[in-house]
Amino acid sequence: MTLFVVQVLNGVQLGLLLFLIAAGLTLVFGVMDFINLAHGVQYMLGAYLGVMFAGLVGNFWLALLLACVTAGVVGLALERLVFRHLYDRSHLDQVLATFGVILALNELVRVIWGTAPLQMPMPDLLSGSFELVPGLRYPVYRVALIGAGLLVAGGLAWAVNATRAGMLIRAGASNPAMVSALGVDIGRLFTLVFAVGAMLAGFAGVLSAPLVSVEPGMGDNLLILAFVVIVIGGVGAIRGAFVAAILVGLVDTLGRAMVTDAAHAVLSASASARVGPAIASMLIYLVMALVLAIRPAGLFPAARA
Amino acid sequence: MLDRPARFATRLLTALGIAAALTTTAAHAQEVKIGVVATLSGPAASLGQQLRDGFALGVDQSGGKLGGLPTSITVIDDELKPDVAVTKVRGLLEGEKADFIVGPIFSNILLAIFKPVTESGAVLISPNAGPSTYAGRACNANFFVTSYQNDQPHAVSGKFAQDSGYKRVYLIAPNYQAGRDALAGFKSQFKGEIVEESYVPLTSMDFQADIAKIAADKPDAVFAFMPGGLGINLVKQYRQAGLASIPFLSTFTVDESTLPAEGDAALGFYTGASWTPDLDNAANKAFVTAFEAKYKYIPASYAAYAYDTARLMDAAVKQAGGTADKPKLIDALATVKFDSVRGADFSMGKNHYPVQDFYLAQVAKRPDGKYQTEMRKTIFTRDVDPYAAECKMH
Amino acid sequence: MRRALPWLTFAALAIAPFLPWGHNAGVVGLLVGRIEIFAIAAISLDLMLGAGGLVSFGHAAYLVIGAYAVAVLDANDIATAGLVLAAAIAAGGLFALATGAVALRTRGVNFIMITLAFAQMVYFGAGSLAAYGGDDGYTLGDRTTWLGWHVLDRRCFPTTAWVLLLATYLLCRMLVASRFGRVLRAARQNRQRVQAMGFNPYSYQLAAMVIGGMLCAVAGALLTNQSEFASPAYGAWPISGDLLIMVILGGAGSLHGAILGAAVVVLMEQGLGTITEHWRLIFGPALVLSVLFFRGGLAGIGGPHD
Repeated sequence: MTLFVVQVLNGVQLGLLLFLIAAGLTLVFGVMDFINLAHGVQYMLGAYLGVMFAGLVGNFWLALLLACVTAGVVGLALERLVFRHLYDRSHLDQVLATFGVILALNELVRVIWGTAPLQMPMPDLLSGSFELVPGLRYPVYRVALIGAGLLVAGGLAWAVNATRAGMLIRAGASNPAMVSALGVDIGRLFTLVFAVGAMLAGFAGVLSAPLVSVEPGMGDNLLILAFVVIVIGGVGAIRGAFVAAILVGLVDTLGRAMVTDAAHAVLSASASARVGPAIASMLIYLVMALVLAIRPAGLFPAARA
Repeated sequence: MLDRPARFATRLLTALGIAAALTTTAAHAQEVKIGVVATLSGPAASLGQQLRDGFALGVDQSGGKLGGLPTSITVIDDELKPDVAVTKVRGLLEGEKADFIVGPIFSNILLAIFKPVTESGAVLISPNAGPSTYAGRACNANFFVTSYQNDQPHAVSGKFAQDSGYKRVYLIAPNYQAGRDALAGFKSQFKGEIVEESYVPLTSMDFQADIAKIAADKPDAVFAFMPGGLGINLVKQYRQAGLASIPFLSTFTVDESTLPAEGDAALGFYTGASWTPDLDNAANKAFVTAFEAKYKYIPASYAAYAYDTARLMDAAVKQAGGTADKPKLIDALATVKFDSVRGADFSMGKNHYPVQDFYLAQVAKRPDGKYQTEMRKTIFTRDVDPYAAECKMH
Repeated sequence: MRRALPWLTFAALAIAPFLPWGHNAGVVGLLVGRIEIFAIAAISLDLMLGAGGLVSFGHAAYLVIGAYAVAVLDANDIATAGLVLAAAIAAGGLFALATGAVALRTRGVNFIMITLAFAQMVYFGAGSLAAYGGDDGYTLGDRTTWLGWHVLDRRCFPTTAWVLLLATYLLCRMLVASRFGRVLRAARQNRQRVQAMGFNPYSYQLAAMVIGGMLCAVAGALLTNQSEFASPAYGAWPISGDLLIMVILGGAGSLHGAILGAAVVVLMEQGLGTITEHWRLIFGPALVLSVLFFRGGLAGIGGPHD
């Protein structure tokens, strides 16, 4: 039972991390109809910048702030240099161009920081662990991550639903032409959305740096997961991204924990040891296929006019 | 009107590509031509880099020559793609008539390039991957391994666990062939109870599932084979969960390639290996000092074995008097004595896999703050791999 | 000039292995063969993508399917071209039929992701086939022969692959120009209008996917022959990405552009690496620039095609 509680906590934590990445992705896709494959690289940059600043200033919180700001600036630079010219191009062209950006930035990171994995120390305040159950200590940092994720989710929900800028974003997701016709500077709006998305991804990167190995290409697999999230959740919807992210996080975590044991019940030990992890890797794709079979547009698609 | 720049660009790029692919050095009369195959891109790039650096240093030690002959070394990136590796290696074999192919890191790449290299008459020397496939009945004269046979390092932890009186052990490895081989190697020596044999997906970032189970099961020890980023994540999360009181036995999980990222979290954890940076012999001391001075990082076994490969090749080419007579060269490789960084107990087995000592090592912090593994006790002396008897080569 | 480009490309590929490269003849033969393999795969994707508007992010799955068709038959000592190709085509077609039926219920980015999902299943599934080496891969015993002739051995490989590439190109060109192709392209542009005219776009798109899958499985069989090795790594998702790059870079919809795109990507991967280890720092921005300035890709078709 307690094992289950731990896994649920882990699943929620993974889900919130995925949400931070997916939120930016779905906003950019929903509002600007722009497929940004380079979003995973934004996450990686956040982690590397976090490691770099932590080494320079010696303080996690300051490093977090500096890294987020720098990640946002880099995102803006990319938007201005490359992405801005692609908004009116086909999705295919966007895929190709952003793929080129991924190649270049992954290699740049390798040139600057080397190929060996780096580490980021945890902040002292959060580096402890508490006894969740007798014999198992759960890191405080992970709980803090859950808290941070929920805060950001709440903040985004408020911003999108209760502010003027948020209203413009929602309108832009439905009908960008009309919004522009109503006199709103759609270019400034796009830039704002992009910057927010980039900073969210960078923020997720810095937050996960103390937990995972910081290496070139660390964002690539997460990018795929993020796309799975926005597909399940429905493109352009923050609420959909949140629900889908938690769902994907839970399915992935609980799945990995339980699939092999479940297979044990049906197959022999050696067969289930082989088949179990294979199914565990495929689980979120199976869930996505299931969701799409029932609701081909995702769970909460933003209605496009 | 946009066709012209497009077509010009295509032609230019194509020409560049072809030119680059055909770049070869002029054939010298007696030159040792070597192709180094390693994974130099993607997450495992740091391992390929170690291989390349270690081998380059080894060749440097004899002034850039092997056996007194000038060398021509081409380094290729296999990108962890078997078809790319085969194409590039065959290019080296046919275009440059390479005498040696040194590499790769990963077993699946080795399996892909084995046939093209051995059938062309060149000598394939693997400084890392040592699958059982070619250690027994399918052993081949043109194939040498200078690292170990894949079962052996894992057996070290198994024997140590057995001798230490551990009754219940939790096993964890990634779900691929090498992972399965690792746990099989451990079980070949450990006769106690296996609490759980857990295979995790290769893309795992989070080990909370297994960590929670370990905390609940309370085994006497944990054995892990988690190379690269997987190991970094496991070790950090293991320590954060407060499980460090349960002995952590491993292979390739806490080695010099992952220790910089694991840091204090790995202190005191055990590993099984046939080489550690602090091995007490002259050749090793010279190697580690020179390596750190040149490359500014502590070498792991990937670099050490590659260095040994170069030293072996130097001695063998000298003994054979050149690379033209392949049977003589092969005989030299199998029998020559050289100063291995693994000490005097190292020799080449009759199936062309090494016979060497294996140690239990532990992670420690050096006075200068860097981390390394240090030899604690010898577990196997002059160990022969379990498949050697089936090889009918000599 | 633009109209002659396809024929020039074929001529170049046909002649290239026979020019006097000296001791580099082997390398050139290998490169040309590899270009031809991926050109077949890319054309098959271009049929689906360029004509049908079906952006599949899982096309590399068919390379694996074709590869293991060869491997399974080889393990049973069968290496005749007729059976091997039939097996590859059948397996590819069946997989396309089954997965296409599900995937075609979705649109846009959902379609992209579900095709990726199916490819991941193939990738992990092939890796769990212990009998064929699992993720370590399977070494081929014998290359495929045709009527006893060793058409796929080292010397003949580029020529045999060239013939198959030409056949693929002509088949796809004929399909695109036919009534089938016209309905397909119309469905890509305006689905409702096509339905109003009484056609069922679904069956045309499914047919395109099946044909695309079958052709790509042939490419997979060729790839396995060239490297004498079958591996799940042929279907990793970055490979599907590479195939998309080849098609888009070459100019989606042009068919011969896919050949150019394949050539560029293969040559970059094999050749640039010898200049510098950091070749991606050049190739990445080059891709970006090519998108920004060369609309319609290498095939030089400006603006929206057809």
